[in-house]
Formats: sequence, C-alpha cells, structure tokens
Amino acid sequence: MAQTTLSGDSQKKEKTTADFLAEKQQSISISEFFTKNRHLLGFDNPRKALLTAVKEAVDNSIDAVEEMKVLPEIKVFVEETTPDRFKVTVEDNGPGIVKAQIPNIFAKLLYGSKFHRLKQSRGQQGIGISAAVLYGQLTTGKSTKIISKIGPNQKAHYYELHLNTKNNEPEIIKYEERDWEGKDHGTKVQIELEGKYQEGRLSIEEFLQLTAISNPHAQIIFKRPSGDVTEYPRASEELPKEPKEIKPHPYGIELGILMKMLSDTKSHTLSAFLQDDFSRVSSAVAKEICEKANLNANSKPKNLNRDDVEKIFQTIKLVKIMSPQTDCLSPIGEDRMLKGLKKEINAEFYTAVTRPPFVYRGNPFQVECALAFGGDLPKEELIRVIRYANKVPLQHQSGACALTKSVMQTAWKNYGISQSKGALPVGPIVIMVHIASVWVPFTSESKEAVASYEDIMKEVKLVVQEVGRKLALYVRKNIKAKEQQDRVNLFEKYIPELATSLSEITGNKKEKIQEELEKILKKELKEMLEEVNKHKDVEMDETNVVYGEKQEGLENG
Amino acid sequence: MVKEDPKKTIKVLGDKIVDQINKGKNPEISFPLRNLSNIVYDKKARILKLGDKYGSRSFFNVAHTKKFLQTIEVAKVSNDLLKEEKHASLRDVFYQVKRTIPGTKVNLVDEQTESDKAIEDLELITGHSREQLNITANKNGAVAGRVIIEDKGDEIDWSKLGSGGWSIPSAVENIKFKKVNAKYVLYMEKAAVWERLHEDKFWEKHNCLIMSSQGQTTRGIRRLLQRLYEEYNLPIYVLADWDIYGAYIYSVIKYGSINLAYASEKLTIPSVRYLGITYQDIEKYGLQKHLIRMKDTDKDRIKQVSAYEWFKDNKAWLKQFEMMKKMDSKAEIQALSARGISFISDEYLPTKIKEQDFID
Repeated sequence: MAQTTLSGDSQKKEKTTADFLAEKQQSISISEFFTKNRHLLGFDNPRKALLTAVKEAVDNSIDAVEEMKVLPEIKVFVEETTPDRFKVTVEDNGPGIVKAQIPNIFAKLLYGSKFHRLKQSRGQQGIGISAAVLYGQLTTGKSTKIISKIGPNQKAHYYELHLNTKNNEPEIIKYEERDWEGKDHGTKVQIELEGKYQEGRLSIEEFLQLTAISNPHAQIIFKRPSGDVTEYPRASEELPKEPKEIKPHPYGIELGILMKMLSDTKSHTLSAFLQDDFSRVSSAVAKEICEKANLNANSKPKNLNRDDVEKIFQTIKLVKIMSPQTDCLSPIGEDRMLKGLKKEINAEFYTAVTRPPFVYRGNPFQVECALAFGGDLPKEELIRVIRYANKVPLQHQSGACALTKSVMQTAWKNYGISQSKGALPVGPIVIMVHIASVWVPFTSESKEAVASYEDIMKEVKLVVQEVGRKLALYVRKNIKAKEQQDRVNLFEKYIPELATSLSEITGNKKEKIQEELEKILKKELKEMLEEVNKHKDVEMDETNVVYGEKQEGLENG
Repeated sequence: MVKEDPKKTIKVLGDKIVDQINKGKNPEISFPLRNLSNIVYDKKARILKLGDKYGSRSFFNVAHTKKFLQTIEVAKVSNDLLKEEKHASLRDVFYQVKRTIPGTKVNLVDEQTESDKAIEDLELITGHSREQLNITANKNGAVAGRVIIEDKGDEIDWSKLGSGGWSIPSAVENIKFKKVNAKYVLYMEKAAVWERLHEDKFWEKHNCLIMSSQGQTTRGIRRLLQRLYEEYNLPIYVLADWDIYGAYIYSVIKYGSINLAYASEKLTIPSVRYLGITYQDIEKYGLQKHLIRMKDTDKDRIKQVSAYEWFKDNKAWLKQFEMMKKMDSKAEIQALSARGISFISDEYLPTKIKEQDFID
C-alpha cells in the first residue's frame, strides 16, 4: 500500500459498509490529514507556505540559541530552484541536536511538542518545523537535509529525512558524519518546497524585520532569491530573561488535560499528583480538594474514573489557590523594544512600556507596548500595528486580533492623534504590542490572532494608554515648540513693517530701527526657548523614551 | 482734547517708541481702557467718563503684536494726511492699511472694524479726535429749520434745501452759525419720521429745527446738537422708539457712550429730554394694537441697560422698561400713523411739548 494514498481503493473486497468505513476511518493518512488541514497549519497557499516554512525554522532556531545563552546569529537563504519551487535554508548558532533526536524533531509531527511542560517559547506557533518538512515532501518529493553540530571537537551529523505519512515516523534517507568547517555548534536545515515568493506585506522580509524588532539581540542575515542580501544587525548585547518552565496551575487546567495528566503521572496518590504535577498546590490545598471532591487523598491516580476526574475538575474552582508565580514569563523588555524599534524604524520619538504580569484563568500573562512616532513614517495613513505573541510576529488576521482591537478602542484623540470612530488612528506611528504567556489564547488553530478575552484586552488597553500618554506629552511639547517657531516667524515678518511706519513718522532710519528690533527679538526668543525647555523639564518623563536622529539634531540646533 | 498740533503728538508717539527700541526694550504703548469696567458715571456732571485703568500693548507679544502694528500704521496714515492737509474717510483709511504682510498669509486688517478700532485707539493715545487727525466718518443724517451757517466759505440756509435738508458732515467743529432762529431742536432716530415732519413743514409751523440720523447718533450730529445747545441755549428733545434701543440712543446723547467716554465732554448734553413714545402714550392714544412683540435679545438688553450706573437709579426709565417687559412689547414712532398720517405733526408732538410731557 502506498504511503500517501488512501487504502480504500486498493482493497476492494466484499465487505460490509461498516467494515469498509472502519477501514477507511483508520487508514486516513497523515498526508490526508495534513492536506485537509493545511490552512490551520499555515500552508493554505504557496505564498504563505513559503513564509510559514521560514517562520517555523527561524522561531525554532532563536529558541534553541537562547537556551544556550548565546546571542543568536541566524542566516536565512531562499533560493528558487525551478519556477514555483524554493529551497529554504535556515542556519543558527544554537547548541546543536544530539544525533538520535534529529529525525524525531524534524520528521515526526507533534514530536516533543510542549505537551507536558509549560514554558513561554516561540515554537508554540503552528505545528512546528516537521509540518514544513512534510509540506516540502508532499509538494516536491524531496527529502529535508539537516546538519547539526554540538561542540567544537565533534563531528557534525548529516541527515536526509522523510516523514512516513502512514505511521508518522521519520524515515532516514541518508545519514553520515561530516566535518562542518568553521562552525563550533549549530544547526542548519534545508527544505525544498513549492511556494511563491513575494515582497511587501505578509512577506518573509516583513517577518524577518518584525522578528529583528522583537529580538534586537539577534543578528539576522537574509538572502533573497534574487541574490540580494539584507542584514538585520544586532542592537543589543543583552539576552532576554530566560523563561522558566512551570507546572500548570489548577485554575488554568482543562478537563481533557487533567485526564491525560492523571493517566501519565508518576505519582502514586491523588494528593501527591496534585502537589507534584501542579504549581501552587500545597499539601493543605491538595487535602482540601480531595475532601471537597469526596475522594480519598490516597487513591491511585490511574484508578480514578471519569466522574471522579470531573469532580476534581469542578472542585478546583471552589478552593482558594495562590496565583501562579509569574517569573516564568520573558517579556521583550522596554529597553529591547526601544532598541528594536529604533534600529528598524526611522522615527523621531520612541517610547515603550512593559506592564507587570497578571494572571488570567490560572495563567500568567504579561503585555508590553512600544511606539515610534514621526520621522519617515507616513502622516496621512492609518497607524501601523505590529503584533507579537511570545516575541513572534503575528502577520495575518490583524482585524480579528485582540491586540489590534485594543489599539483601536483607545481614545487617541486624548493624545493629540486624530482618529475616526471605530478605526485605527491616523498619524506617523508604528505601535508594537506584545503578549507573553505560557498559554496565549488564539482565535483559531492557525494562531494568527489573539482571542478577545475581556480581561486580556483590558490589560492591553492599559499598556497602550500608558504609551499614548507618553506620546501625548511629546506631541504637546512639540506643538508648543512649533507654536513658538511660528511666533518667531511672525515677528520676523512684522518687524520691517513696523520699522517702515516708525521711520516715516519719526524720520529715523528704517534700517537702524529694524536692526534694533531684530536684536530685541533675539533676546525675547531666548526667553521663549527657556520657557519651552522649562515645559520639557516639568512635563516630559524621560524614562523609556528615546529620540531619533532628527529630533536630536533639532534640539542641538 | 489736547489743543496741541496733532502732527507733533504723533511724532512724539513715534519718538517714544523708537526710543524704547533703541534701549533694547520691547516697545509698548499704553492708553486708557475703554470698556465697561473702566467707565465711571459722574453723577454730579451727569456724564460718562473714562476711569483710570490703563492697558498696554507691546509689540513682542503674540496677542498684541497685530494690534500694535495696526495702531502704528493708522498713525502713519494720519501723519501723511496731516502733512498733505487732506482728509480721508474711515473707509479710505481701511484701504490704506489693508494689505497682506509680505511673506505671510496675514492681512494687516481684514475688516473695517479693525482699522476703525485702531483709529479709536489712536484717538485715546494721542488725545486728538479722529477729525483732528484728518479722518472723517461718513456723513449721516439731515437737518432743516431757520438757520444760516457758513461752511468752508459757503453760506447755507437750512430752510432752503428742498426735501433732503442739509446733510450733517462728520466734522462740524469749523461750521459757523450766522443766524439761528428756533425755539428748540427736535432730534429723531428715524429718517422716515424726519421726512414726515419735513413734508408737514413742522419746523416752519413750530419754529424749531428737525434733525435725524439713521440709527446710531454719529459724533457729528452729537457735536452739532451740543453746539446748538451750548451756543444758542436751544432745548434738545429726542424722539425715539419705545424700546430699549430708543432709550439707549437717548442716553448716549445725554450721558455719553462707553466707547467714546473719553470724549464725553465734547459730545454730551445732560439737559436733553426724551419725548418719544411712552407706555402712557400707548394708553392715551390707544396704540395697544400697534405694538411689536419683544424678542429674547431685547429682554437681555433691558437687563443689561437697567444695570448701568446711569440708568439704575432712574425711576422713570425703569418704569418704562418694566412696562415693556410686562406688555412684552415695543412700539415704533411710526405706530402713531395709525391715528392718521400727520397725527404726529398735528397732535402728538405739539401736545407733548406744550404739556412738557418728557422723560428726563
């Protein structure tokens, strides 16, 4: 039986309908599942498929490098092999992958995906790199090539892999040990796939720029099919805080997960399970849950029936449990947001705010927002909202996303920015909104938009407002400075008029009067500027604010 | 008003400003404020005077700079007029000042009211009336009666000027009265009423002068009335509508106006009497069906005027205002025509004057 086709056609024996259906149900292959659900996985069209492949590889790479606590250096090459067919190569300087794990990571769907750990990581987006491998295999028949090296004195492992679509197991087409000259450690993956390369919105280039903004500590080099190379330079030498792995909090658990955890647990008693497999469950809390659920604290987790689990699930809500620790979160941070924006967006004013973490449904969350204003940004267009979930850019479904909606529902007129009802404001602004959590609620499996939970939107709005207020101070100060400039211009124009009339009335020389008036203007101007600067000192809170080149030039002048 | 040569006054003003500039000071002009807050009612003299509040205007002040420039521009225009011994109307001055300032989209003045205000400021600053500064208002109003005057060398007989009468110029200072034969002056706010009385030869029959404007009483008319009163001791009677505006027109002639309080002494006639329509007349002549309904703005104005220092103790007038409010009505002089076209000349005025039925 061919791997990639349905088996129904090849087994035409006389069977009952039920038999036939049963067989059919069983034999639906991974490939069919994938083809039917490609839109959920980011492969709905050739253009998006190419982007998704790059995205999965880059997200994994940055995660891997950060785990090693080194600054990421990522290389992305996209080459066109034949029309509509591309070779995507992504190389990192990460820790490398041990030989035995490479086939599972790249050629087994859902392998090692973070089922039993809760950790804020980029790789939660989409189904992972193996989906890209499968897509490449399905569209081109080619194997995926991986080379990985774990240390300077080691040989690199080279694999060519297929994914067996019948049993979801890796097939090793080729393996060898190789020398990887000039590389101490790292991984390079090359996937050939059908796709369509396009620049502009929703492009690979946009993805990489957005990634460079949220990861200013990463250096990214991008070689396009045309051969042109773009470098996104590193702007911060500081690694973001490492996210800590945490156990789930009882308030955030779903019934299905609870059942799975009970069957997988290593604990021998219900009480121990509750204490060991969850965070913030003390022996007292475990006892209270068992008592209220009318279950023996010493019952074996594996022996609990569905009704028992349901009881535990319902009881958890009735027991007061301490909020989860929030140190598991790794925000981008105000400084890094500012650096990221400043290096990629040419503006005159930048500001950033990171809110303290909050807990929603037992899950810790943290939101941050940064903004660039003025400079080269278009003045007459809707502002650009760039969205991130766990530092990964969200490029699609902007309108459906809680982050966009929160920006839209903020009253920008209060901050001196014009806005039509129910629309994004208009002005020279790029606003960056980031939500970090071990569990980001997305609107759908495609994980392109954050779901509009009221509590989350409330927090996002708060951070957007904080940034808006900082912007307002700058805008107002600037308007004041502009008003002063207008005054100066006005006086400059009025002076000759006054000088002429006074000269005619008094017989004094016009030039002399004009000269003296200009001297007075200079003196008055100095006082006015002092006045403006006084405003600056009083009103402008300079924390988490940086200015672009233009602004600095103007202030010195 | 200062008797000095206006040319010299303007030069002194200019020199002062240039002096400030040469000293590196922000040039500044100060002059008495002319708004209600700086109006003092002199109970004894029964005229409005300016108080001692001064305002100043400096050039390097965004709120002042344009007005400062307008004032100096107007001073320059006046200076030129005086040098060339020419007169210009307020409208002329407006056009001389009106232009766009080079390099800007700003007009030095946009409307005539701005240049008119600048001229009033200049009057206050220099202490000279606009006529002395060779700036004239439009002539307004007419007069007829047995008077012969001399104006710029021409002899004019006010009794021989046909249906139009003599048009009153804005400057009457240099008019010489050659012969005045009248017992009183009847001044009315309505030109139409003047035409009625003129056609009925009222001035001839009653040996008086009839004078009118159209609406506001101009300075020329006020000064002419004052001269006739002061030089020939002629009683002045004001014939106005029975409404708050009629009352105010009367009060301007009698006490002066807020805007021109600085010139009150040259313009007011404290002994003037009102013989316009009163609520008593309305009852007496049965004019109730010929009234006009009051508007909200009329009521607001009554409230304002009643509070003025020079009205608030005048019981006769307050009674009239009260009746206006009570009847929610006002009456025009022409309402008398309801009793016959010449009722005003044949019956109403002669009776009122004979019975001395005035309001003070």
